[in-house]
Amino acid sequence: MQFVQLIISGAAQGCIYGLIALGFVLIYKATETVTFAQGDLMMVGAFGGLVLMTIVGMPFWIAVPSAIAAMALFGMFAERLVIRPVLGQPQFSIVMLTFGIAFIVRGLITMLPVIGTETHTLPVPYKDMTLRLGELVLAYEQLVIIGATAVLCLGLYAMFRYTKLGIAMQASSQNQLAAYYMGIPVQRLNSLVWGLAAAVAAIAGLLLAPITFVHANMGFIGLKAFPAAVVGGFGSLPGAIVGGLIIGIVESLSGFYLPEGFKDIAPYIVVLIMLWIKPNGLFGEKLRKKV
Amino acid sequence: MRFIFKTDYDQDIRLVKHGGQAFWYGLLGVALLLAPWLLSEYLLAQLIFVLIYAVVGLGLMLLAGFTGQFSIGHAAFLGVGAYTQAVLAAAGWPFPLALACAATLSAIVGIVVGLPALRVKGIYLGIATLAFGFIVEEGMARWESVTGGNAGLHVKDPSFFGWVLNSNEEFYFLCLAVTVLATLAIMNLLRSPTGRAFVAIRDSEISAQSMGIHLARYKTMSFALSAGLAGLGGALYAHKIKFLSPEQFSIIQSIDLLLMVVVGGLGSVHGVFFGAIFLITMPQLISIGKDYLPESVGQSPGLQLVVYGAVLVAFVMFEPHGLYGRWLKIRTYLQIFPFYRAGMFKRQKAFQKSDRLK
Repeated sequence: MQFVQLIISGAAQGCIYGLIALGFVLIYKATETVTFAQGDLMMVGAFGGLVLMTIVGMPFWIAVPSAIAAMALFGMFAERLVIRPVLGQPQFSIVMLTFGIAFIVRGLITMLPVIGTETHTLPVPYKDMTLRLGELVLAYEQLVIIGATAVLCLGLYAMFRYTKLGIAMQASSQNQLAAYYMGIPVQRLNSLVWGLAAAVAAIAGLLLAPITFVHANMGFIGLKAFPAAVVGGFGSLPGAIVGGLIIGIVESLSGFYLPEGFKDIAPYIVVLIMLWIKPNGLFGEKLRKKV
Repeated sequence: MRFIFKTDYDQDIRLVKHGGQAFWYGLLGVALLLAPWLLSEYLLAQLIFVLIYAVVGLGLMLLAGFTGQFSIGHAAFLGVGAYTQAVLAAAGWPFPLALACAATLSAIVGIVVGLPALRVKGIYLGIATLAFGFIVEEGMARWESVTGGNAGLHVKDPSFFGWVLNSNEEFYFLCLAVTVLATLAIMNLLRSPTGRAFVAIRDSEISAQSMGIHLARYKTMSFALSAGLAGLGGALYAHKIKFLSPEQFSIIQSIDLLLMVVVGGLGSVHGVFFGAIFLITMPQLISIGKDYLPESVGQSPGLQLVVYGAVLVAFVMFEPHGLYGRWLKIRTYLQIFPFYRAGMFKRQKAFQKSDRLK
């Protein structure tokens, strides 16, 4: 039973990694930009929910969608303001730019009077509730994470499969120039992709907040989403979620069965092994560049 | 204006291009030699830090600025060098030998990390180094018998058969010598076929490969040299800071190092020094500026982060060649006054250039 419980709590944590990794992959596929700001966007999303619920006093069901929508707007704004002008520069510069965004965002949040430097709990309706299935005791927080991730994945799958917008995004991620010739507004799509990634990050933040806490450094968890993205294959959306689940479960099991200290570095050991044996990840395509 | 008549092919690779350079670098050299007598104790300590960070930065610049590979875990190599030096100094080894060992061990570790990532490109190497950085940091915290763990480790002063370098001045000259030698080595490397191969890999891996450059070998070499220099810098850092603990070598330190090379100017050796000066003076400038800001902003711990982030974003957006690029523009403006045009250093945007594999 303990094993099952470890698997479930690992899977819940893994869903968070997967959602953040999903943001990386969306942005990577659309703009070839590797963003290190995703974890901090998640943190801002959680803070947004916190402010709306505790200070503005909105009820849970209004605060959550508003926080997500606000983050989507923020993502589009950030893309327009700083990412679009530098596209075409070396990848390394853009990576540094996203580090810069992450720094600014984290710094501004810590500057917020009163709430910035402290640790908060997000008042969610399902706080501290548990579900008993025979011997299994499951926390609702974890079940909600897994359920919400599943719903979100289905939604994204449907969007990329059936809507015009999703198909346009796929086209532009495969070949921007050709998509542009076909009349797809690539720049506007890129903006939307950033918005989508920021919204997914906000969802991850709001889901994670009840388990950990809301504080300015929770964005560092975003660094564990990189192993998730790599294990899944850096350009694959389902891969990101599967990679996240693998990382989460490995972390949870190694925290219990291996000596202390292994829990924090297990994801990185997994990713190094993965790069060693199968550098393209589980779902990555084997590609060669043509000249 | 200065016209350089080229009468010899060797002039293209000469380290000192013309008399003006010889004069100014000579002056800089004299100033650095006299620094212990000119500067106060505090400024000398800051100068030592600049030199140490410059050594580390030279390594990172070789990797990021000249070979086009980037490492988000360079603090780990700094840490390996620092702990090696601390352990060997405690065992009483003479410092030149210990420095060499620290650099070599870092370089070997660099090869081990670089190997898996060499089969893949760009971002994967970044993630491999990121992963490695975390593992090393955790290792330093857990391997308590050697590193002292989170409790930290005291470092002895460098010694050489009974001669102990325990004054600031002596240590300054050690750092100066190491920095000058490292700079000359990098300058020399960059004008050799190996250095040219690095630059070719940065500009286009495929064309470099077609010209007969063995990608894996040169990338490993660049990685090893870079890690070795970081280890050397780490060894000096250990002596300067005198107390090592794992959190000094965390991801924050790695990002600071990247910040240094980007702000200084990617792809220029001068940029390393500008970046190091920036990295050391910035906290001081911020603490001076604090007094002029309102209480709630000035005293906030986030201020430094915001300033660093804004500087980073501004440099990437408006001055991709960093402080050195800005200096080049100013110098050109003065040299050819009044003929400077707005578009002289205009960067080309390469929208077509794609790292994506098709």
